[in-house]
Amino acid sequence: MQTSPNESERLILAAPATEMAHEHEATAHAHEEHPDLRLFGFTLFLVSEAMLFVGLFVAYLAFRAVATEWPPAGTPELEVILPAINTVILVASSFVLHQSEAAVKKGDIPGMRAWFIATIAMGAVFLAGQVYEYTQLEFTLQTGLFGGTFFVLTGFHGLHVLVGVLLMSGVVVRSFKKEHYTPQKHFGVEAANLYWHFVDGVWIVLFLLLYIVK
Amino acid sequence: MAFPRINAVAFWMIPPAAVLLMSSFFFGPAQAGWTSYPPLSMDPATLIGQSLWLSSVILLGTSSILGAINFVTTIWEMRVPSMGIWQMPLFVWAMFATSIIILVATPVLTGALLLLSFDLLMGTVFFNPTGGGDPVLYQHMFWFYSHPAVYIMILPGMGLVSEILPVYARKPIFGYRAIAISSMSIAVLGFIVWAHHMFTSGTPEWMRMFFMITSMIIAVPTGIKVFSWVATVWGGKLRLTPAMLFAMGFVSMFVVGGLSGVMLASVPIDIHVTDTYFVVAHLHYVLFGGSVFAVYAGVYHWFPKMTGRFLNEWWGKVHFYSTFIGFNLCFLPMHKLGLLGMPRRVAAYDASFLDLNVLVSTGGFLLGVSTLPFLGNVIYSWLKGPRATGNPWEGLTLEWTTPSPPPVENFERLPVLTVGPYDYGHAGRDPSEIVRH
Repeated sequence: MQTSPNESERLILAAPATEMAHEHEATAHAHEEHPDLRLFGFTLFLVSEAMLFVGLFVAYLAFRAVATEWPPAGTPELEVILPAINTVILVASSFVLHQSEAAVKKGDIPGMRAWFIATIAMGAVFLAGQVYEYTQLEFTLQTGLFGGTFFVLTGFHGLHVLVGVLLMSGVVVRSFKKEHYTPQKHFGVEAANLYWHFVDGVWIVLFLLLYIVK
Repeated sequence: MAFPRINAVAFWMIPPAAVLLMSSFFFGPAQAGWTSYPPLSMDPATLIGQSLWLSSVILLGTSSILGAINFVTTIWEMRVPSMGIWQMPLFVWAMFATSIIILVATPVLTGALLLLSFDLLMGTVFFNPTGGGDPVLYQHMFWFYSHPAVYIMILPGMGLVSEILPVYARKPIFGYRAIAISSMSIAVLGFIVWAHHMFTSGTPEWMRMFFMITSMIIAVPTGIKVFSWVATVWGGKLRLTPAMLFAMGFVSMFVVGGLSGVMLASVPIDIHVTDTYFVVAHLHYVLFGGSVFAVYAGVYHWFPKMTGRFLNEWWGKVHFYSTFIGFNLCFLPMHKLGLLGMPRRVAAYDASFLDLNVLVSTGGFLLGVSTLPFLGNVIYSWLKGPRATGNPWEGLTLEWTTPSPPPVENFERLPVLTVGPYDYGHAGRDPSEIVRH
């Protein structure tokens, strides 16, 4: 319970958290500072996102397992070349974006920005490639389980690529603000990186499942 | 809280979700029950209402995911430096386990609901057997979340009871680590028991066997908790306050629900009583005799902390005894009704079930009436109850070191723990000296 002011003073001096108490006194009456936990929280969010994709992938695999024939008879063959090029672009873009973290840690903000813009361009090419592929396909969302799962999986992933491009654009815009990203503090850069690698990883699984493993 | 703003976002997603859910009543209401199984949920006549229902549940799921991110981050990263994980109160352990379930399981339900929405609105055939889809897959995805969902409802209750029993028994909790670890094992095991809801869904034999065994294993960590609670109370200097009565009511009622749960995990019994009142009885013994009793216990225990005023003890006891009697009168006969074959989810029943149903209805009305002393007590005491000090029950967890009600800055300085949260009954230890600011 409450201790008298004198007593509590004494106890704090005796306590192991003395340093923190002093730190706190320096910022008088402000909140007790805690470390930046946004990246931790964002990672948990991605765990949840991953489970959403796991659910959809498992559903897809279950449909395949139950079907007598996959792809169902009469389904046109999927063209692999274009999505394979897209895969190379997306995987490469992850490595490109990775350079941005090294740049920001050296304090090279224009360099970081350049890596981001390059990645945004690659993401945009990927999206354009996917839209082009959609226009060339001879089946639709309503074409049975094959069409349905194909469009839901690729479409849902495409939506994530779009969000990633928007996130990275946000980082580029903010990078023009002075001192917004420093070698020590650059959560936006880290989060955009993490998200982009995640989207990339999901695509690799998706590409293997939909196009390669027959 | 690590992310107060995200917490606010999560909270304020709930009212729009409620509006979506309620508005479904005006557009051909969702009529497929809380499970929303296809093909029942695919009735074209309820298309709009069902879609509103689905969007509401997706929104609520997203809200709870955001809440869980906040809880896991706060619990894992923001304990006071003097509190290791083995000094955390058991309620915090329970919330940690609950939040992990939410993080991992909820997205899978979201996936199922999204696919169902596509079936309803975009003409896909994922769960539509006429187009080659698989309605049983929906059941798998649904129960992958919705079985752990019952642990989302019961684990916090178990945590509350683990806090309350030691305070009123004036004894250390028995088996602290065992209770903490059992919360985590219930969370993990909970992911591999879901198909016991589907024993009659044409589930293959091997799957029945697997899920029967895993479901029964859940009784082990649960039993560890129950025995620990009994051992905590055993030989204690009990103060039979309403909070303590409800906490002990929780333990005893939960045992009944737990035992019928093991019965239902057994495939032959389950096939016999599926969709009968036996299931209704089981569910209410774990979620009403369990969760709701724990919530009541929690309200009586923390009301002084929350409002700075005491609830009336005498009316609290009236509330407890009427709830306890009404509850058992209502739900105990349902076991027999179910074993006799009375189906659930029907408007009328066979005349031979009449006598027991009279008991059930009487108990139901008593249960309804029993909430009146509670509501009256809360309203009156909040306004005019006697003032409570910071630590009226002489508890040892950190919340009792703050004034009642706690100020906005509840801990101006980080508190330093010198002993664990359940170190009751040590000679010469005055609660006021154990936790220091």
